[in-house]
Amino acid sequence: MMTVLFTGMVVLSVLFGLLTGRMDAVSTAAITSCGKGVELVLSLLGAMCLWSGVMEVARKAGLTELLSRLFSPVTRRLFRGIRPKGKAMEAITMNLAANLLGLGNAATPLGITAMQEMAKEERSGKVATNNMILFVVLNTASLQVIPTNLILLRTQAGSQNPAELIPAVWLASLASILVGVTAAKLLERMGRR
Amino acid sequence: MIRFTDCLIPLVIGGILLFGACRGTDVFASFLDGARSGLATGFSILPALVALTTCVGMFKASGALDLFCCALAPLGNLLGLPKEVLPLAMLRPISGSGAMVIFQDILSSVGPDSFAGRVAGVMLGSTETTFYTIAVYFGAAGIQKSRHTLPSALSADLTGFVVSALLVRLLFGVA
Repeated sequence: MMTVLFTGMVVLSVLFGLLTGRMDAVSTAAITSCGKGVELVLSLLGAMCLWSGVMEVARKAGLTELLSRLFSPVTRRLFRGIRPKGKAMEAITMNLAANLLGLGNAATPLGITAMQEMAKEERSGKVATNNMILFVVLNTASLQVIPTNLILLRTQAGSQNPAELIPAVWLASLASILVGVTAAKLLERMGRR
Repeated sequence: MIRFTDCLIPLVIGGILLFGACRGTDVFASFLDGARSGLATGFSILPALVALTTCVGMFKASGALDLFCCALAPLGNLLGLPKEVLPLAMLRPISGSGAMVIFQDILSSVGPDSFAGRVAGVMLGSTETTFYTIAVYFGAAGIQKSRHTLPSALSADLTGFVVSALLVRLLFGVA
């Protein structure tokens, strides 16, 4: 997918540049914009270190476990048929808690464990089970409490109030999660008939 | 006047450090461990960001991006999305680095506190790299038939986009 995207965009740019006669601009862009990638990483690096550091403190202090215990009444209802005290459920709640804290590095391995444990517990074979689909849909929605990269990029762009979007981000995430979960639950019922 | 949104980041950082200290965690050592992994993440996304800033930069310079935005503008109108954010909506489910690059580009051309700039921000914050997540998780569990995963996940993304524009219009107006 990324190959198609990357190659496609570059080839289209060249064709377009030829058609519009803006080859000079395309040429300049090719040489200069690659450096912007490095600048972007360097500008994000400090904040990435800060948040990874703070969240590592949260993880070591047991905040992820605490949050996942708070979630368990909700996850028990959402993921019907998964044993409440099993390994799969534990990985599911831990993954959701890690996502909430913005612990991307911890969330992905936990999510993979959750999928593998669900595959064992529900004997999925090669077909995704309803619970797996629900779990993946929850992970494709953003649950992060503090959207750190967003705030940093806004600050760098000279925003007057970079954090002002946070409540809107929460509401939009919530709407998106509700629709995702509802869609998953509705479509699973349609498939059964 | 103290604004609620200004309190969030300091409170979260301070709260977590205090929580760690009360729980008897070695706060500083843990912070350094985490920061080191943040550094590693930063460098690991560098090649992808270089690739994407290059292709986005060329795409924009050639005039293709403008044409693309104008071609999709009717669809954007239908969903209530300004045309500047449409490339972000297309790229967001596919590539996290690409979304960041496009987002930065949108902010530099329309400004972070403009209507389109704010909508782009809420969109970026409220959605995820859907295709990548699906590929990684189903790949790890050996699943080949994903059934209704993609329609459910994409309907969530679309909702996120439309609601982003609605909320910005409601909370900040169309400035």
